[in-house]
Amino acid sequence: MNIIINGTSRQLNSTRNLSDIVSAYCKQSRHVIAELNGCIIPPEQWGQTSLKDGDTLELVTFVGGG
Amino acid sequence: MTDTPLVIAGKSFSSRFLLGTGKFKNKKDLTDSIVSSKSEIVTVALRRIDLERHEENILEYIPAHVTLLTNTSGARNAREAVRIARLAKASGCGNWVKIEVINDSKYLLPDNQETIKAAEILSAEGFVVLPYISPDLYAARALVKAGAAAVMPLGSFIGSNQGLKTKEFIRVLINEIDLPIIVDAGIGTPSQAAQAMEIGAEAVLANTAVATAQNPAVLARAFALAIEAGRLGFLSGLPLQLSLSQASSPLTGFLYNDIPAN
Repeated sequence: MNIIINGTSRQLNSTRNLSDIVSAYCKQSRHVIAELNGCIIPPEQWGQTSLKDGDTLELVTFVGGG
Repeated sequence: MTDTPLVIAGKSFSSRFLLGTGKFKNKKDLTDSIVSSKSEIVTVALRRIDLERHEENILEYIPAHVTLLTNTSGARNAREAVRIARLAKASGCGNWVKIEVINDSKYLLPDNQETIKAAEILSAEGFVVLPYISPDLYAARALVKAGAAAVMPLGSFIGSNQGLKTKEFIRVLINEIDLPIIVDAGIGTPSQAAQAMEIGAEAVLANTAVATAQNPAVLARAFALAIEAGRLGFLSGLPLQLSLSQASSPLTGFLYNDIPAN
């Protein structure tokens, strides 16, 4: 399964939910915001949100800025 | 003389200094600067997580009592600004947003028209909207109509430390717009911040100057003091500037009777 995470195409071996992806790719899930195919998914729904081939996922968080 | 608090969207703040959190060399400088600035509103930005480099979360370094103001930097139009604001709100870190729409990579000037469009949409969705603009009376009036909570005109080019180049245009906004005017961008020294406050700005935002100083926490404190001094100057009802000298001491009752020779 191929999904695009933050603009980069990534091959995933098994079907996984959003919660697994966030744990795999982010140091911590606190203050991580997930947008799947243009829709914001609240953290409480990550566990029930499964990813499918061709999905586009954005994982964003806060950084310093003026 | 005691000052009234800065009030934005019904929330009171005793500090009139907003601090940006970009460009700090390290997180200790950032935390120390927020503390010494006594700022109660700090700006942050939103970016894609770097999946290869596990970076630290900046929010861990911002004291909890501070109001977060997320900017929409990176947005090139109203649609992108709205998207960034919605993402920020989804984090649960509040609904205060500094609308920043820039689509010119040379001067980095804000696009007032797109900013107004974004302000209309986000205010209607319940965001507390603080738009960053080039100081323009018509744009500011449109933002009042759009439901903005404050207006943030630039003092000079962002990150330039050039100070209050737009002073007369900001003065127009201060006189005509019934919202807090917060001078943002280009303020490089405490004296420039004081100048903005002396003409009646409600607050000043600084970032680059503090973050890139050799000792950021010291400059943050200096800014805070200058902003307070400038504010008191404004409240005092500053006297007019004159084009000629006027003696500070009385010109009568001298110890001699003859007029001093030239």
